[in-house]
Amino acid sequence: MRLGYLIREGFRSITTHGFMSFATVTIIVACLIIMGSVSLLSLNIDALIKDLEDQNEVVVFVDETVADEAAARDLQPYIESVANVSSAQFVSRDEAMDSFMSKYDASLMEGIDSDVFRHRYIVHLSDIAYMSQTKLELEAIPGVAKVNAHLDYAQSFVTIRNVVTVVSLVLIVMLVFVSFFIMSNTIKLATFGRREEIAIMKMVGATNGFIRLPFVVEGLVLGMMGGGLAFLAEWGLYNVVTGRVVGTITGTFINVIPFRNVALEVFAVYMAVGVLVGAFGGVNAIKNYLKV
Amino acid sequence: MVLMQNVRKVYESSNTVALDNVSLTIEDGEFVFLVGPSGSGKTTLMKLITGEVRPTSGKVIVNDFDMSTIKRRKLPKMRRTLGVVFQDYRLIENMNVYDNVAFAMRVVGAPNREIKERVPYILELVGLGGREKRMPGELSGGEQQRVGIARALVNSPRMIVADEPTGNLDPVRSLELMLLLEKINEMGTTVVVVTHEKELVNAFSKRVITIDCGEKTGDSNEGGYYGI
Ligand SMILES: Nc1ncnc2c1ncn2[C@@H]1O[C@H](COP(=O)(O)OP(=O)(O)O)[C@@H](O)[C@H]1O
Ligand SMILES: [Mg+2]
Repeated sequence: MRLGYLIREGFRSITTHGFMSFATVTIIVACLIIMGSVSLLSLNIDALIKDLEDQNEVVVFVDETVADEAAARDLQPYIESVANVSSAQFVSRDEAMDSFMSKYDASLMEGIDSDVFRHRYIVHLSDIAYMSQTKLELEAIPGVAKVNAHLDYAQSFVTIRNVVTVVSLVLIVMLVFVSFFIMSNTIKLATFGRREEIAIMKMVGATNGFIRLPFVVEGLVLGMMGGGLAFLAEWGLYNVVTGRVVGTITGTFINVIPFRNVALEVFAVYMAVGVLVGAFGGVNAIKNYLKV
Repeated sequence: MVLMQNVRKVYESSNTVALDNVSLTIEDGEFVFLVGPSGSGKTTLMKLITGEVRPTSGKVIVNDFDMSTIKRRKLPKMRRTLGVVFQDYRLIENMNVYDNVAFAMRVVGAPNREIKERVPYILELVGLGGREKRMPGELSGGEQQRVGIARALVNSPRMIVADEPTGNLDPVRSLELMLLLEKINEMGTTVVVVTHEKELVNAFSKRVITIDCGEKTGDSNEGGYYGI
């Protein structure tokens, strides 16, 4: 009976204040989608940077004056001693030509000597944020002719990621607060409509937990509805937007995280935010009535 | 049971001394009228008993609970030993008579079976048998207050406190209602009734405690307003 009573009371209140309940769910959905979208954007940029870090090798070309392969190999410790270099792999001019030929049409290379290729090192960095600095240091090593690095986008992606992270954190805090405020005020309507019942409950000795519960249930139901709807909306939105992005810039390095890889996390976070906002909104809405 | 010793209550907000140096004892099973002019502190004294306000100084003990130091989370347990009746009935408008009374049992977690047995019995006792399905708006003032009394009584409290329960009723209904409270008292429940209706008090020969300007000015077992 008690559980039935509580759940019935929670739902009764939601339908009594239908419009406000609808508005609350809508605002929670909107807040969650904004929060989720910036977070997913941030995640994607992170993944992109990771990709760049993995695949974006810095190629250090050895000067032609160091024609001898053994002499070129002697540069290895100097390159590895540069800060931020995580690994350096020597590639001889012959190996470079072989790999070139395997990648492209081998007939192009007919009659061409491997001398046109330079000895080189494939260098990986620990942190691409310091790529320009590292590039300068590598170029300063005697015997190094030139360093190829995709500086521009590495740098700008790091900047974008930092900005997006800060913006999303600020947004998340603000929007959680907004959701909580709206939720609390909607449930306050319900407590106001039932203030006499609440006063009587207090007088006959109902516990605060018991009096609070229908309002917490109301908050939970609204919060979970918001979380569930936001998840569905985010799913659709994400697929549409990423479909566009991939569609327009195919063939580039952009690799979008598929929604199914993050669906569980998004769902869990949305539900958790909905549940917390709902529960605390309910508790907050009724607290003034429980003082007597 | 109520025990008050040198109780003083000051409302900070209006800087009013509502009660000053009040001491009194109400034993289990007593019927007591609490009388005095408007603004003399009667409601404040009732609120000290229900725990709605706390004494500024002095001791208040109600049904074995020390109301001057009681923890807020202990209040529900204490209030289950009390039945409170209000001047304006305070019924829930959108619930019928039966549900208004059953509500008081539901919210303290009484089992359904017990509610189904107890509510009709109490409604019969207060003279409302057959009115279960009526809404409060369809009842006379006297009937509404009977619902209020049924609700106060349904959880078998040790004491009923009623602050001007007949304040909105005509003299005949008032007398009938007081007779009902007397009947409840005779069944073993302590009853404390606040009123300022002289004729009503004088129609019974009960203990009368008089307060004036926040002080106890009379306590007579002879009955009669102001000890007359
Ligand atoms: N909540 C309150 N805040 C401030 N002053 C109050 C409050 N309640 C009562 N008072 C004052 O305390 C005095 C006693 O009031 P009350 O106990 O209601 O008297 P009675 O019930 O005998 O009419 C009055 O002067 C009243 O104005
Ligand atoms: Mg009063």
